[in-house]
Amino acid sequence: MDAGAQLGLFLQHLINGVTLGAIYGLIAIGYTMVYGIIRMINFAHGEIYMVGAFVGVTGFSLMALMGITAVPLALLLVLVMAIGFTAAYGWAVERVAYRPLRASGRLAPLISAIGMSIFLQNYVMLTQGARPKPLQPVITGGFTIWEGPNMALSITWIQAFIILLTVALMAGFTLLIAKTPLGRAQRACEQDRTMAALLGINVDRTISLTFVMGASLAAVAGVLVTMYYGVIDFYIGFLAGLKAFTAAVLGGIGSLPGAMLGGLLIGLIEAFFTGYVSGAYKDVAAFSILILVLVLRPTGLLGRPDIEKV
Amino acid sequence: MSAPLLEVSGLTMRFGGLVAVDTLDLTADRGRITAVIGPNGAGKTTVFNCLTGFYRPTAGRLLLRHPGKGEVELQALPGYAVARYGVVRTFQNIRLFPRMTVLENLLVAQHTELMRKSAFSIAGLLGLKGWRDAQATALDRARFWIERLDLTRVADEEAGNLSYGVQRRVEIARAMNTNPLLLCLDEPAAGLNPRETAALGELLQGIRAEFGIGILLIEHDMSLVMGISDRIHVVDHGKKIAEGTPAEIRADERVIKAYLGEPDEAEVPPEVAQDMPELEGPRA
Repeated sequence: MDAGAQLGLFLQHLINGVTLGAIYGLIAIGYTMVYGIIRMINFAHGEIYMVGAFVGVTGFSLMALMGITAVPLALLLVLVMAIGFTAAYGWAVERVAYRPLRASGRLAPLISAIGMSIFLQNYVMLTQGARPKPLQPVITGGFTIWEGPNMALSITWIQAFIILLTVALMAGFTLLIAKTPLGRAQRACEQDRTMAALLGINVDRTISLTFVMGASLAAVAGVLVTMYYGVIDFYIGFLAGLKAFTAAVLGGIGSLPGAMLGGLLIGLIEAFFTGYVSGAYKDVAAFSILILVLVLRPTGLLGRPDIEKV
Repeated sequence: MSAPLLEVSGLTMRFGGLVAVDTLDLTADRGRITAVIGPNGAGKTTVFNCLTGFYRPTAGRLLLRHPGKGEVELQALPGYAVARYGVVRTFQNIRLFPRMTVLENLLVAQHTELMRKSAFSIAGLLGLKGWRDAQATALDRARFWIERLDLTRVADEEAGNLSYGVQRRVEIARAMNTNPLLLCLDEPAAGLNPRETAALGELLQGIRAEFGIGILLIEHDMSLVMGISDRIHVVDHGKKIAEGTPAEIRADERVIKAYLGEPDEAEVPPEVAQDMPELEGPRA
């Protein structure tokens, strides 16, 4: 293979990696925000994403049934629907499984989260069936960026859509956290929940909204993944959740840019490892990098050292 | 004089067998500085904790007369609602949001109003006009207090990086940004040098005069307490042992006993006596 083709192949892996990374990043934000505000790993978050994917499939079937064929409109409606439903799940999970345990130690809500994760998997399996659910491609085609004698570099529309939507969502989200009262309240609760309450912030509601926001982003990721791969099942939340959690830890759990960066890195590692080494061991690569980073930098790439609470 | 702003009656707080506050009565008025003094462990901070929804009192009533919202019993409110009725406090060990700038700390204090005006931040994201006005107002208020408390140089620094004395001022500025009716200060002079303490006294008197709010002050620095208080309540072992003007308190036998112990049991050791000259009168 000549150098041009080599470069083309590299860029192709890069595009695939960024697409994958965008999806991991969207899910990772939910982990990192919940950890930031209540210092808990929400192990049911992967399942929330899976629920989002199922609402997506159902939504697209519903659109077809209702005769809405215009792709942008159908897509918008499905996204809104998925966000709505999934956010309600996120809210309910916090309300039912975590809030009653707020006063107890850190272990109890963690166990409760694992229980919630098992429950949601089985609940979806029972109500939706255990078989994989296929989805007709919604956005097809793409365009070729560069074409050589031996290979072509192309980006599909769906990849472009995933990357652009993710960038837009992350920008909006960063703005929300940095500039709006809700974002400030979230950061305040993160740093000193008691003091936040004494200044009139409704801490319980702020925590609820954090779950709702995390679930909304996971819902978008679920819909995007459904469109990208075209098939989902009740078990997809487990591995995707684990990877996104890895991304959050890699970037520095509790850090928003860290989650985005971590997601991107995990996506790139997977894509390049698949392309150059072996697709069968891509997970090994991702988790090896995680271990390496944690050994060298226990707080993650962008994490701050945990400050002792007084 | 109209009815007091805050009327605490029969406040009792028990922790298991320990009675931290025992049927305490207390009032605070608008436009006046009311000090609560007493030896360490007398239950002063517990009173603040009951006032601000930290603890549910075992018994008693904490009645607040809000000019707009009517009478409200603070002990029945959830913690976050107390601030919405205009009661705000500071802490002996300062509790700022360390990884936010000074300006952000002051904006957090205006959360309730901003949250309402921004329709849960949705309008904030869209940049709607009503929200922009509300934000401008909030920024104006924050900047006013930044200037007033001489924080201009550090406005954009993270609060956690500031020196102790500056953090104290930020905490007071933040409390004032909640637009309070009653400002509860828990040992605001702790860790300040005499010059800073004198400046704090002037500041509190200025706030009282200018904004007509009630100030409730827990303090060990007698120069400050005697210099600026309109009324002093002395608490020992959870009970009020004296109440009056600074002059009356200074002359009160029981107060001196509570601080120094019974004089006939043992002679007052010189180092304790040295701690007390502030009782003789205000320094400034």
